[in-house]
Amino acid sequence: MHETIIHLGAWAEPLWTRFLEKLPEILQATWETLDMVFLSTVFSMFFGFILAIWMIVTNPLGLRPCPAVYRVLDFVVNLLRSFPFIILLIAIIPITRFIVGTSIGSAAAIVPLTVAAAPFVARLIETCFLEVDRGVIEAARSFGASNTQIIFRVLIPEALPSIVLNVAVVAITLLGYSAMAGTVGGGGLGDLAVRYGYNRFQVDIMVYAVIILCILVLLIQGVCNLLYKVLR
Amino acid sequence: MIHVEHLHKWYGNREVLHDINLHVSEGEIFGVVGHSGAGKSTLLRCMNGLESYQQGKVTAMGVDVASLSGTSLRKLQSSMGMIFQNFNLMARKNVFENVAFPMRLWGAPNIKERVNELLELVGLAKRAMQRVQNLSGGQKQRVGIARALALNPRVLLCDEATSALDPKTTMSILDLLDDINRNLKLTIVMVTHQMEVVKRLCHSLLMLDRGKTVASGVTEELFLSPTKEMSKMVTDEYTLLKSGTNIRLMFPRDISQQSIITHMARSLDIDFSIVGGKLERYLDDVFGFLIINVPDAHKDAVLGYLENHHLYWQVLDNEEAGSCMRR
Ligand SMILES: Nc1ncnc2c1ncn2[C@@H]1O[C@H](COP(=O)(O)OP(=O)(O)O)[C@@H](O)[C@H]1O
Ligand SMILES: [Mg+2]
Repeated sequence: MHETIIHLGAWAEPLWTRFLEKLPEILQATWETLDMVFLSTVFSMFFGFILAIWMIVTNPLGLRPCPAVYRVLDFVVNLLRSFPFIILLIAIIPITRFIVGTSIGSAAAIVPLTVAAAPFVARLIETCFLEVDRGVIEAARSFGASNTQIIFRVLIPEALPSIVLNVAVVAITLLGYSAMAGTVGGGGLGDLAVRYGYNRFQVDIMVYAVIILCILVLLIQGVCNLLYKVLR
Repeated sequence: MIHVEHLHKWYGNREVLHDINLHVSEGEIFGVVGHSGAGKSTLLRCMNGLESYQQGKVTAMGVDVASLSGTSLRKLQSSMGMIFQNFNLMARKNVFENVAFPMRLWGAPNIKERVNELLELVGLAKRAMQRVQNLSGGQKQRVGIARALALNPRVLLCDEATSALDPKTTMSILDLLDDINRNLKLTIVMVTHQMEVVKRLCHSLLMLDRGKTVASGVTEELFLSPTKEMSKMVTDEYTLLKSGTNIRLMFPRDISQQSIITHMARSLDIDFSIVGGKLERYLDDVFGFLIINVPDAHKDAVLGYLENHHLYWQVLDNEEAGSCMRR
């Protein structure tokens, strides 16, 4: 291994061989990352959405004001958001084990990722709802729309474009979090980069992992921007 | 059609509506005027149950609005269309979808025909598929009107419907509302701070100032013989002459102003100067007023003449326009 480094002209070759050699592992890690990010985005969007609707309904200026409930929701969302992810990850291991059966692997990482992202999503979507023109809601009210109709026929459709943009924010944040989840046995690109780049000084593998992460970020943002343009 | 009796409303401990009484008859155009913050929108929203109130009674189409809730309230609201200053349309949707929206909520039949019919009525048939955000203000308000009519309401509530429009567009929207009132026999309640709108369109009106009624009655009569409080709100922008007596003459439809003034000058053999004047359109009639200045020596003679000829007049003084009012 050491003699190859001396021949500068030939140093690319072992890099190439190592790339080919590690390719299955890189692909595996990419897949794990996609798996974690996709599922945790879906789940956190789902729970965050429900929370956001609950908040917009109970908001003191909302469809059916209930300030007490709103304050509780608001507090819980703030509390969960202020938790550092790495601590949340460890703190909810019992819950993870209860839901998934294990606390190791990418399936197990999805639980803390969802718990961390859901309140974040709730806040983002709540903002999207608050930005919907109050006049349009008032108009819907004036010809007798029920609260349910206002939520499903006015609020959600009107907020949809900005919600789509926020999906990108959530997915990219989760991509970052998933790298951390990797360190407690979640696998994925973050884990790969740390294992090879930091622990074994194989910087090239780390670079590949980072490049793939960058591409994923650009991809997510690009798709959401495109969707936004179509919807707007 | 709509009765409001002794209505009081507070926001917190601030009274925004104080003892409001009004009666909107079927088929009329009723105006509510006042400066911004007077409580006009709040009053309008009490009529279709968008706003609750603490005291008094609001009856719309025979039912006590406060007694309704849930589906029965929504039913009432569906029979009262509403249009807004900022149009409140769904900007990303096209014209057709905006007009169809209330019908979809209520599962109305024949949406396509009905919407096209309404777009024909407001003159936007060619723009059905255009996005609302690309329309001009006047066109947006037409979409708003079509949408408000979609459920065949019996009453149309207009909240500052023309306040965001330029004068020419305002006129065209007022003409449209006038048309709708005549042809569809629709009762209209117009809330506005624009005095011209009321004069042009409303049969009777209520004038509000900080939640209190300043004046109410038939438009024509109110403007021909305004009360003291009302004159303060409806001020003419003329600088009155310091000396002599300024007299404001009002000419209803059946008096030809030209001859009466010249005749007065001739028969009393006096001189006077003209301070200002204007012709205004009230509903279908043209009314005019003229402010003249006569030397104090001739004041009694002139007033006597006006009295004998049954003219509407008002002596103005510089400190406070509208000191006394007589016919
Ligand atoms: N939701 C509200 N809470 C508290 N005060 C309000 C609310 N809505 C309106 N007001 C107050 O009530 C008064 C009347 O408002 P509004 O009916 O909108 O007046 P207008 O339509 O004549 O301009 C204003 O002083 C306004 O500040
Ligand atoms: Mg208003």
